[in-house]
Amino acid sequence: MTDLVLSDFAVARGPCDVLRDINLSVGAGEFVGLLGPNGAGKTTLMRGALGMMPHRGQSSLSALSARDRARRVAWLPQAREIGWPVSVADVVTLGRLPHLARGQKPGETDRAAIDAALSRMGLDGFRTRIATQLSGGEQARVLIARALAQDTPLLMADEPAAGLDPAHQLGLMDTLAAEAARGRSVIASLHDLGLAARYCTRLVVLWQGGIAADGPPAEVLTPDLLARVFQIRAYVRHTDDGPICQPLGVV
Amino acid sequence: MTRVLALVLVLLIVALFALSLLIGPAGLSPARSLAALLRGEGLAETLVMREIRLPRAILAAMIGAGLGLAGAAMQGYLRNPLAEPGLLGVSGSAALGAVIALQTGFAAQFALGLPLAALLGAVLAVGLILALAGPRGGSLTLILAGIAVSALAGALTALVLNLSPNPFAASEIMFWMMGSLADRSMTHVWLAAPFIAIGAVVLLAQGRAFDALTLGEDSAASLGVNLSRLRLVLVLAVASMVGAATAVAGAVGFVGLVVPHILRPFVGARPSSLLWASALGGAVLVLAADIAVRLVLPDRDLKLGVLTAIVGAPLFLHLVFKTRGQGL
Amino acid sequence: MACRRASKALGAVLALWAGAALGGPPERVVSINLCTDQLAMLLAKPGQLVSISRISQDPNVSVMLEEARKYPINHGQAEEVFRLNPDLVLAGQFTSSYTVGLLRRLGVEVAQLPIVTSLDQIPGAIREVGRLLGRAAQAETLATEFSADLAALRANPSNRPRAALHYANNYTSGDKSLANDILTAAGFANVALEAGLSGGGTLPMERLLMLMPDLIISGQHYPGASRSEAVLTHPAMNALRDRHAGSALSDAEWVCGTPAVLRAISRLQEAYE
Repeated sequence: MTDLVLSDFAVARGPCDVLRDINLSVGAGEFVGLLGPNGAGKTTLMRGALGMMPHRGQSSLSALSARDRARRVAWLPQAREIGWPVSVADVVTLGRLPHLARGQKPGETDRAAIDAALSRMGLDGFRTRIATQLSGGEQARVLIARALAQDTPLLMADEPAAGLDPAHQLGLMDTLAAEAARGRSVIASLHDLGLAARYCTRLVVLWQGGIAADGPPAEVLTPDLLARVFQIRAYVRHTDDGPICQPLGVV
Repeated sequence: MTRVLALVLVLLIVALFALSLLIGPAGLSPARSLAALLRGEGLAETLVMREIRLPRAILAAMIGAGLGLAGAAMQGYLRNPLAEPGLLGVSGSAALGAVIALQTGFAAQFALGLPLAALLGAVLAVGLILALAGPRGGSLTLILAGIAVSALAGALTALVLNLSPNPFAASEIMFWMMGSLADRSMTHVWLAAPFIAIGAVVLLAQGRAFDALTLGEDSAASLGVNLSRLRLVLVLAVASMVGAATAVAGAVGFVGLVVPHILRPFVGARPSSLLWASALGGAVLVLAADIAVRLVLPDRDLKLGVLTAIVGAPLFLHLVFKTRGQGL
Repeated sequence: MACRRASKALGAVLALWAGAALGGPPERVVSINLCTDQLAMLLAKPGQLVSISRISQDPNVSVMLEEARKYPINHGQAEEVFRLNPDLVLAGQFTSSYTVGLLRRLGVEVAQLPIVTSLDQIPGAIREVGRLLGRAAQAETLATEFSADLAALRANPSNRPRAALHYANNYTSGDKSLANDILTAAGFANVALEAGLSGGGTLPMERLLMLMPDLIISGQHYPGASRSEAVLTHPAMNALRDRHAGSALSDAEWVCGTPAVLRAISRLQEAYE
């Protein structure tokens, strides 16, 4: 089953195409790392696919109604906004909104999803804490828990690892990988090539408005591509712990 | 917690409503007041109770609820505790619409002319403010836009009143800028009630959307909130409530700022709960303020907005100071 | 600049000299107050009154509209009044003190007539304007005629119906006011006195209702709209009129201490019959 299909997808900003001729299909169980230098169009690709920006070509998600889409994909934007001093539990409960009919209170299933999301992000003791009073990293985890609680086949996240300490970065990637292993699909834009190489099942590299490479990390992260797209050279090895990619210098 | 809050607020409304009915220059005893109100005993007493005090108390509760709810909704949408219809010039623009309708005779043409004109003025102001403030509603933009809209609306209101052939009109700028419930009647209740009720019902139904907006526009949209529809509903409902309230009582400021601010901690800051809480709290505040203006200066028409501003302006400054720390 | 100031001063000196030299009745009289307008129009000889205030041509407040339309109008501003080169300006007690002071500094004689607060003061006011205009004989005739007409109209019933004056903003007139005198002469008792009001003041609608007057004399409606006048047609007042009290209108005839008040008295008597 595919959770996202983009065909001949293009997004224009003004007269110029930011993205064009994008053909991409993501299926269940995939953990797709969306890579590319700054301005390559990673955020644009995800927001366009979600129907939040006008686009040409087809996106299986933007074709859905807002309500159906909210049950198919959870979206974690890069801006981590919590507008009011609400409790952690309240933030995470927001993830259940698409599953509740008008006026319906969260029920047994909803509470189970919320509990699971909280404990997967290590937030069990945080339920009643005021979300805006937490540290940046803790807030990021709360927002990820919110997206997990939405319990959708597809999870899309814009730089979810940014601003987290190493342990929580690894914990987050573990969680996302586990979600993928459970049969969900995950698309996350990432800047950390090491994390991408280590956890993702598939990498899609955006460059100059198109897809420069698409495949398993080992096939994508070649010295040639790293030099061409990222202008870096890196140490890439395949170990028992999986692929290692450590940038060494600018080309 | 929220259930207790609701109960307390409702009890306060009932008590203040009763108090409002019992206070007035006629100096009636509570027993006579009640007999006149309920059974129509005594022509003079009955007229005082049913035609003067009852509409005044109803209007205070209704307008307070409308303004409190409008403030909570605008704050919820913009995620900014400084958003308030009075400060942002929405009430002022509604007053301008009302004054134009009255002076051109449009209000006399058909029954709903007055509230509709005020609504139109308010729609223009809310639309302009939302357009200027952008999706996130930065405090600085909001306040500056509010100052400009208020100043323009106030100046145009003064101009229209000065151009009026009526010798009393020019001196009424104070009423339109500060608001008063003195000598209003049941006619005004019927004029404003439908607009405030419709606006309230529509806004209270948007609680979930406001909750989702806590996480920003993108997250809200991904949770199934139709943002352009919400924006349209907000503009029309806020304008409907503020327009109707202003058309009959003038521009009463700060209610939509003070009430949500005080009640936010009691509802765990949830925007959806804050909607109904602010409606109840607004009724409490305006009922209390309207009782106070009658106790402080019984024989003069002290304007309601004077009291709400005395309470609200320092709070506003405090909020400005607080948000300044967050980089506006 | 210096030159202009000199010419202004010269003008002032000349005006002073002209006034002093003539000594006789003023030849060019300008009135800048509604009430002095009316007395001057009644008393001046043809050509003597050169301008009256704009408000006298306002049909809402003027009782002598037809007559007033024959005169050029002024807006009561010192500059325009000075340009008319008057040897007497008639003003009211409460005419802007700046205007009056400026005119006097420019050497114009300004007579300020006190507000008439009772019917008995009217003959005196007529005679005073007559004296100022050098028309004492005409004033004497008018004053005597007025006093006789008033005596004929004055009613003194044993049982006086209670009337309330209700103007915009719930304003009313109590003791020591012309309106109160008009009421009393017409045979009514003013309920504002029961409420202890002296002179003018506001009487909250609630208290007015509690006084249950037999007649409500409402202030007139001006064109355009105002919230101040809304109280005149407040449902409570309408209900009182429908279910208990008679109604009458107060208008321009009530405003000034001139013979027009006689019409106000007789209309009031007719209204309640």
